[in-house]
Amino acid sequence: MAVNDTLEGTHKIIEEAREQQARINPLAPTVNDFNQELTTLNLGPTHPATHGIFQNILQMDGERIISGVPTIGYIHRAFEKIAERRPFYQITPLTDRMNYCSSPINNMGWHMTVEKLLGVEVPKRAQYMRVILMELARISDHLICNGILGVDTGAFTGFLYLMDEREKIYEIYEEVSGARLTTNMGRVGGMERDFTPVALQKLRAWLKSFPAVMAEFEKMFNRNRIFMDRVVDVGGISAERALNYGFTGPNLRAAGVDYDVRVMNPYSSYQDFEFEIPVGTKGDTYDRFMVRNEEIWQSLRIINQALENLPEGPYHADAPHYYLPPKQAVYKNMEALIYHFKIVMGEIEAPVGEVYHSVEGGNGELGFYLVSDGGRTPYRLHFRRPCFIYYQAYTEMVVGQTLSDAIVTLSSMNVIAGELDA
Amino acid sequence: MADQNESIPAQEEAAAKDPAAQKNAQLLALLHRLFGAETFTDVEEPYGLLTATTTRERIHDIVAGLQQDQELQLNFLTTMCGMHFPEREGQELGMVYHLHSLTQNIRLRLKIFFPIADPVVPTMTDLYATANWMEREAFDFYGIIFPGHPNLIRILNVEDMDYHPMRKEYALEDGTREDKTDLFFGR
Repeated sequence: MAVNDTLEGTHKIIEEAREQQARINPLAPTVNDFNQELTTLNLGPTHPATHGIFQNILQMDGERIISGVPTIGYIHRAFEKIAERRPFYQITPLTDRMNYCSSPINNMGWHMTVEKLLGVEVPKRAQYMRVILMELARISDHLICNGILGVDTGAFTGFLYLMDEREKIYEIYEEVSGARLTTNMGRVGGMERDFTPVALQKLRAWLKSFPAVMAEFEKMFNRNRIFMDRVVDVGGISAERALNYGFTGPNLRAAGVDYDVRVMNPYSSYQDFEFEIPVGTKGDTYDRFMVRNEEIWQSLRIINQALENLPEGPYHADAPHYYLPPKQAVYKNMEALIYHFKIVMGEIEAPVGEVYHSVEGGNGELGFYLVSDGGRTPYRLHFRRPCFIYYQAYTEMVVGQTLSDAIVTLSSMNVIAGELDA
Repeated sequence: MADQNESIPAQEEAAAKDPAAQKNAQLLALLHRLFGAETFTDVEEPYGLLTATTTRERIHDIVAGLQQDQELQLNFLTTMCGMHFPEREGQELGMVYHLHSLTQNIRLRLKIFFPIADPVVPTMTDLYATANWMEREAFDFYGIIFPGHPNLIRILNVEDMDYHPMRKEYALEDGTREDKTDLFFGR
């Protein structure tokens, strides 16, 4: 039987394959089927176009994908298990390594979870500083995603421009925390240090120069015929399916649902800022791209407002039981030495209880479910990783599309291997 | 039961003050109306999130009923995860479900506990597509079995692993070392 000579023929085979999947085992590994001239293609685990270690065994009818079996876990590091043996402050570096494109959001989300458990009130200045850093992280996350989507459609220039801007964001991180990629930024109770004058100077300079670059990037892509032909109506998902699949973040908003944790459950003073939540209509690759672009502009708005209204005052809570004293004081002051020792050894008074806190990560609702039995480490810590939850829809989204469409769909979903596998 | 009756006036009093507590009271009333008050035990609100323990016999009905319910529309499964309490005899393993209503902005945490010798829990994959990998993760980490799951195999760990590593009996560090005791180094 001729396979994909006609569109009807292809549709028929896809229908049959769907029925077959539903009938037998929906996720059984696929094999070459020579009677139907189907091919099995191993995409990954280390394929340059997947930007991370994901394996997909695809069954292809010519260029069309008929079914796929995703395998994940290639960089599973058992963070949930490790966290059961680490004091709270030692878990921050683990969160860095989840979504490593926007580590500060993970760090702050974790700090806020612990602060919620301990009942620590963070001063307004620290909250605004966190907002600035989290929005910078969101921008750098979206820059990577959209830049790489450009690369996958054959446009390298935009990616190169945006990497330059991401580098400047990383320089700001460096001024704030000393690190660039895995930032370990902030502490339980606030920030580890105030913004230095250099950090503020770099931030202000970047806020001036970045909008022009972003506008140029948008000009290059948004109405580009070649780009639009590659991404419009590719890898779409309906709002209903997206919700059923637990989508959150830009991927859900692209499907038309305006759920954003920053607005629905404001944390860290997000209620003080004015910004809009962009939504798409079809949930396809183009919508995801456009939603992320617009979120970059909205994040800039938030940063500008936070910087303009940055309150004076302390940059950390007055919580000596949980927040490390200044190092100089440790050498001279007995109480400071005691607190220092107790905090470093994890001997803090944690209440018995369970707390769920979520923040709007680069990819969606990043949740921390922490069960404390009063010990120095969490009894159980579960990360709600948005990537892990929405990547399972990938197969459904690419069935019936071509291989090249599958690549741009994966790229626009922004699946980060570190967050996927934790 | 006696505890619950005593706690109701306190909850009503709190509800008058705080809109979040009011929503929780509304949700609790809905739960009691739909599924009966005796279905839920250990009802509390740690950090403002309504938490209730129920049984594995009822959990599927409850999640399905809440998904269909039009009043509060708790039709978003935020996350679910396993738990292990080795010292609770007959209740060693647990599953925790976080449900969210995107229209009303109410969250609900449901827990079930069951013996480790019989770790069988109804699957939610017929209700939520997102439950698929979450249940595979719970199976991988804790060995919880979900009959009816379309593809219950390990997801993050290797296929030929012969234990479920998140169970508490598997220490993170080498159990034969004597120079590091739990007293000084974590749990």
